[in-house]
This record gives sequence, structure tokens and C-alpha cells, in this order.
Amino acid sequence: MNIAANGKILTVDRLNVFFDQFHAVKDVSMTIAPGGSYGLVGESGSGKSTLLRAIMGAVPIAKGVVTIAGKPLPSRRPKAFYRDVQMVFQDPYGSLHPRQTVDRLLQEPLAIHGLADGERRIRQALDDVGLGASFRFRHAHQLSGGQRQRVAIARALILEPKILLLDEPTSALDASVQAEVLNLLNEVRRERNLTYLMVSHDLAVIHHMCDRLMIMQNGCAVEELAVDELAVGEAHKRYTQELLKASEGFAR
Amino acid sequence: METLELPAGKAAPCSLLQVENLRVSYPTRTGFTDVVRGVTFTIGRERVAIVGESGSGKSQTGRAIMGLTPPHARVSAQALKFADIDLLAAPEQKRRKLRGGHIAMILQDPKYSLNPVMSIGRQIVEALRTHENVGVKEARERALDMLAAVKIRDPHRVFDLYPHEVSGGMGQRAMIAMMLIAGPELLIADEPTSALDVTVRLEVLKILDELVSNRGMGLVFISHDLGLVSAFCDRIIVMYAGRVVEELAASGLAHAQHPYTQGLLNCLPKIGGRRTPLSVLDRRAEWAE
Repeated sequence: MNIAANGKILTVDRLNVFFDQFHAVKDVSMTIAPGGSYGLVGESGSGKSTLLRAIMGAVPIAKGVVTIAGKPLPSRRPKAFYRDVQMVFQDPYGSLHPRQTVDRLLQEPLAIHGLADGERRIRQALDDVGLGASFRFRHAHQLSGGQRQRVAIARALILEPKILLLDEPTSALDASVQAEVLNLLNEVRRERNLTYLMVSHDLAVIHHMCDRLMIMQNGCAVEELAVDELAVGEAHKRYTQELLKASEGFAR
Repeated sequence: METLELPAGKAAPCSLLQVENLRVSYPTRTGFTDVVRGVTFTIGRERVAIVGESGSGKSQTGRAIMGLTPPHARVSAQALKFADIDLLAAPEQKRRKLRGGHIAMILQDPKYSLNPVMSIGRQIVEALRTHENVGVKEARERALDMLAAVKIRDPHRVFDLYPHEVSGGMGQRAMIAMMLIAGPELLIADEPTSALDVTVRLEVLKILDELVSNRGMGLVFISHDLGLVSAFCDRIIVMYAGRVVEELAASGLAHAQHPYTQGLLNCLPKIGGRRTPLSVLDRRAEWAE
């Protein structure tokens, strides 16, 4: 994949998604630079996950264009697209096959894409996520939530993608395990120069992980800003400030 | 309702719940494994948080108090008393009366813990009529009042809705309504807000806060989020590997002594904080001793 002249790896231009009559994503645009990390924040039902799934090709796009490295994507994504773009899902309990071993789970993407050096890649992927070879022949139900999410990340990394789409990767995890997984994701991004598009409802997590973020509400983009602006409280829209206040926590 | 003799007047009870050396163990292929190992605490009409990671035994402690431990598990304690009633010695019939009527529990995810084929209103009415002898009409009135008390804007509409027709925040409020309608003295909330969005979480906490203080209930708040409970509760019990490692006042959280408590505090990302790698808990075997 070559980065286009404009230096953007992923752009979304006035994207619209409908579920029957329901307008789930309304004219949302954004651009991500290669090696960047972009956050999508909003409450449930704001369309942030739908936007991610639309990029992935899991829900049909009614109007709008998604370009990867300057090339517009056809509505049926080519196989090569999934080598460059991989996704990690929210619930590590639901996204791993309960009756397959970790080894079998990691073989699957290799088989789909016909990659030969599976042995090396599996070792490498398990090593990268800090699990080691002893986990290779265990079943998902023998692993804790944090370990499962590591397997899900390994499965995404095994194809050596350029872009990772992360749909609330830590919201099903404990605070202490969340720290481990966030550290892992940051490490992997630095080492492999990956681009992240991350969805979360937790502003603190997005602040920790991303350089830019977009706030969404009812399918619309409310505001786009750099995380440093967020830190000094330079949010312009009222909704963003409400979210900021809510994330400070409960006060009597 | 058949009244249980709660020592209300005599010798004003300083403790609502007394737990001494509680143990819960589950059978495994290699014999019984202890998941709660000798937990001791007392709770009065106050808010106490039990904090720990998953697997620390905090939910099992809550379930043992409720009497919801599955029959194949073993529960033992030197004392497990709710207002002078020995919970472990009490017959099943009496425990059923206590459960819901005097000790209530809010569970984590309304999606799984509400009955999917029964309207919200009927579930609340059922909870009320199980514990109090009231007529259908009065029960309905009281259910509607309770829905209004948890700040549901249109109680008449929500009364007839099914759990899948409402949002997570609304479902959790309906659950709170259902648990509080019989007027329990002690409320156990097992991660009541972790399935909810940040904004909705605050609303639900505010409602819970108001109701608990207005009714003077005791509250056991089980959570893995130390930041959240420090603002919400009076006292914090920190659990690790089935044991209590530290017990402290919420206001004194900044001076927590135990490295595990400090670790739990430091692993949370903060807005405006430095974006260096988050500190990770090192779990030492000797803490479990």
C-alpha cells in the first residue's frame, strides 16, 4: 500500500448510513494521517461503532466515500483491503470461537489470505502481545478477559495490517487490565508504525491513546479537536463540555 | 408483610450486617478451591465499597450475603448476621423473605437480569406483591410512583414496555425501582453502572445516591473503579485474591498504604495526565497470604 500524495492514509467523505428509515450516520467526514491515532467518542447510539463498521464494509454505505491511501473503496471490499485493515472488537468473550484453540484462531486469517509462513507469524504474533508459546494450544474459555483481548489483538496483527480499527477494546475489561491492554496497543503502534481508529465512550482513554478525536452525537459529528485542546478544556461545543464533566466522575 | 423483628429501638443497631471469616469455595477437579478466604467486615447504615479486580471474590462475597451462591459451592463463616438473624442457620423460607424484602441486589447488566418476556411494570408489581400483601391496583400505583422516583419521565408508558424496548440506562433505573420498592434495609449493588455510558452512569449514580440517603439504607457497592467509589462511598474495602488487603475511609484514599490499592489508583488514564505508559499492577503472591 502506497500512501497517496496528500499524505492521508484514511479519509471518510460525507458518509451516510441508514438502517431502514433510521439515519444512523449523518454526513460524517474525517481524515487520518499515516501513523496517527484517531478517536471517536460518543454515547451509545451516537453512530460511532456504525461508522467503524461502515469503513470495514460490515454495514452498507448509503452515500459518501471511504478512501484508503488515496483509493476510493468499492462497496464490496477486495480481499487485499482486509490485509491492510483489521478490527478488534469490544467483547473478547464474544469475538473468539469458544471451541477453537488459540492456534486454530490464529490460523484462520492465514488460511483466508493464503499465507505460507504461518508458523513464524503465529509465534511472532503471540510474542508481540506478550502471551508466549504456552498459550498456543489453549481454548478461549481457559483465558481471562485480558488474555482473550490479547489473542484478539494477535489475530488482527498476524496479517501485518497498516490500520487497526478498535471498537471499545477495553470497555469489557477491569481498570487494571485495561492499563495493560492500552500499554500493549501503544507499544505495538510505535513498533509497527500502525494507524489506529479507536472508538470509546471514555474520554480519558481516548486522551491517553489518540492525537485527534471527534465527538459524535445522534449520528452527527459534533466537534473535531486535538487531544491537547481537550486537556486544557478548549472544547467549544456544549456537548463536549458535558462529556468532559461527566468523565470527571461523580461528585455529591 | 410479616415483620421481622429488627432491633430498631432497642440498643440502636450499629451494625446492619456482620460478616466474620466468610469463606466460599467451589468444587474443581482437584478439590475445593477457595474464592473468598476469610473476609471480615461489618456494615451499618452507611455506604461501603468493595473494590478489586475480577476474580478477587468481591461479587462472590455479595452473592453469599444474598444467599445466591449455587448449591454445589460451600459457604462457611464464623458469623454471617443480618440484624441479629444468623443467615447461615436460617431456614430457606426465612432467607427468601429476607431476600428482596430486607436485602436487595442490583446486578450489573439490565439486559441479562430483567425478565425479557414480562413487561417492566409487571416485574416491579411482582416484586412488590411477593413481599407485601397489597391489592393489584395499589401495587400498580406504587410501581408507577417508584418509576417516577427513579426519574423516568413517562412512567405510564415505560410501565408497559418490555426490557428490550428500553435503553441500558432506563433498564438499570427500572432495576433500581424494582429492588427498592419493597423497602429493603440493605442494598447490594454489584457493578451497577459498568455496563452504562459515562453520561448515563452519572444520572444513575445520582438517583441511587438520593434514594439511599433519603431512605437511610445501608449500601454495599461492588466495583472495580476506585475513582468512582471514592466519591460515592464512605468506606472502602479493597479485596485481592479472596482476601481483604486494606480497609480505609474514602476520604483517606490518597494515603492508601497497600501497594495493591495504590496500583489500582494509578492504572487509570486521566485527562490532562502525562501520556506515558500507564502503571501496571504487579500482583505479588505474598499479598494473597
